[in-house]
Amino acid sequence: MARDGGVSCLRRSAEMMNVGIESAPLDLDEVHVLAVDDSLVDRIVIERLLRVTSCKVTAVDSGWRALEFLGLDNEKASAEFDRLKVDLIITDYCMPGMTGYELLKKIKESSNFREVPVVIMSSENVLTRIDRCLEEGAEDFLLKPVKLADVKRLRSHLTTKDVKLSNGNKRKLPEDSDSVHTTSLPATTLPPSPPLTILSDSSPSLSPVEMFSSSALSSPIDDEDGDVLLTSSPESSPTTEEESPIRRQKLRSPGLD
Amino acid sequence: MDAIVAQLQRQYRDYTISLYQQGILDDQFTELKKMQDDGSDFVAEVLSLFFEDCVRLIGNMARALDQTGTVDFSIVGASVHQLKGSSSSVGAKRVKGLCVTFKEFCDTQNYEGCVRCLQQVDIEYKTLKTKLQDMFNLEKQIVQAGGKVPQVDIN
Repeated sequence: MARDGGVSCLRRSAEMMNVGIESAPLDLDEVHVLAVDDSLVDRIVIERLLRVTSCKVTAVDSGWRALEFLGLDNEKASAEFDRLKVDLIITDYCMPGMTGYELLKKIKESSNFREVPVVIMSSENVLTRIDRCLEEGAEDFLLKPVKLADVKRLRSHLTTKDVKLSNGNKRKLPEDSDSVHTTSLPATTLPPSPPLTILSDSSPSLSPVEMFSSSALSSPIDDEDGDVLLTSSPESSPTTEEESPIRRQKLRSPGLD
Repeated sequence: MDAIVAQLQRQYRDYTISLYQQGILDDQFTELKKMQDDGSDFVAEVLSLFFEDCVRLIGNMARALDQTGTVDFSIVGASVHQLKGSSSSVGAKRVKGLCVTFKEFCDTQNYEGCVRCLQQVDIEYKTLKTKLQDMFNLEKQIVQAGGKVPQVDIN
């Protein structure tokens, strides 16, 4: 677990990418999440929540560390950083130094990472804050304390995978489009997300085209081309019996049920 | 042996439920349990970090309130905010509730109110720590007696 404020890196070197490893199984279920929170307790909890839902996690303690990890802390764009694979960034709002909102803006301003969904967490249910973040391009806004159901919901958004085939074409995997869901947010045209499964299962139902389907590999193989763009912006929360659509608006007081 | 295990499990169940009923723990603690694999110490580890946080933050608050001159309530408030956050994340319901009140006293710069809350928070986190220790001990006893720690259904 990332107990210190340091960063466990998943950077790939340029040399690795030149190695022909197209025959290796694809790393499809390895969703990599960058979690940002200045509170150690919260960092441990969010990290665990993400691990339990089959995500790989890098947890850092500040917006600056996050930018450093993403390679956005300096002006020159290094080719090396283009290979960094981040599927989701989840950040606390209230942090000393750089707030989650400021981090969100910087990410959305970057060419490499603007497509990566950013989720904001906050212990305060302030509608203007929520609106501001969503307007700035945040994917979702979670009220703390974050629950397993919240993370599973997020996880279900990240099931659209780009599959790099040997001829270099990217192909999006077709998904189960039977689900009906409502959203209170304006959204660009998006692929439908699969129905939320209560049981944590990282594999969505995939078509036979998905030859490389496997359960999460213990040793990730880097064979995607490292292009940072991984998913289109997932749609916002589908509704389930478990949660009302207004959970994000959080009309109930935190901590009470 | 089975009778002993069954009795321990009953004790454990009753004890756990009582902690919820007394408002010491809330459903976020249940969430932590959900995240724990069998045999891992995740919940105990997180709570241990939380208690370290308590010591540190309460120390900050005490120092900030112990000024012979003017008290900087924003400093106190910053620590209270942090404690409120972490107590919320681990399901320490009473501690969190006290932090809410404490924060209000910071915002209104109510010195006596702050000092009272500080004392109460200190008592409350220590109480929680003792009770959780008892709970974890019961878990250990169950396992040592060859049984499994039951999932306690709060609702």
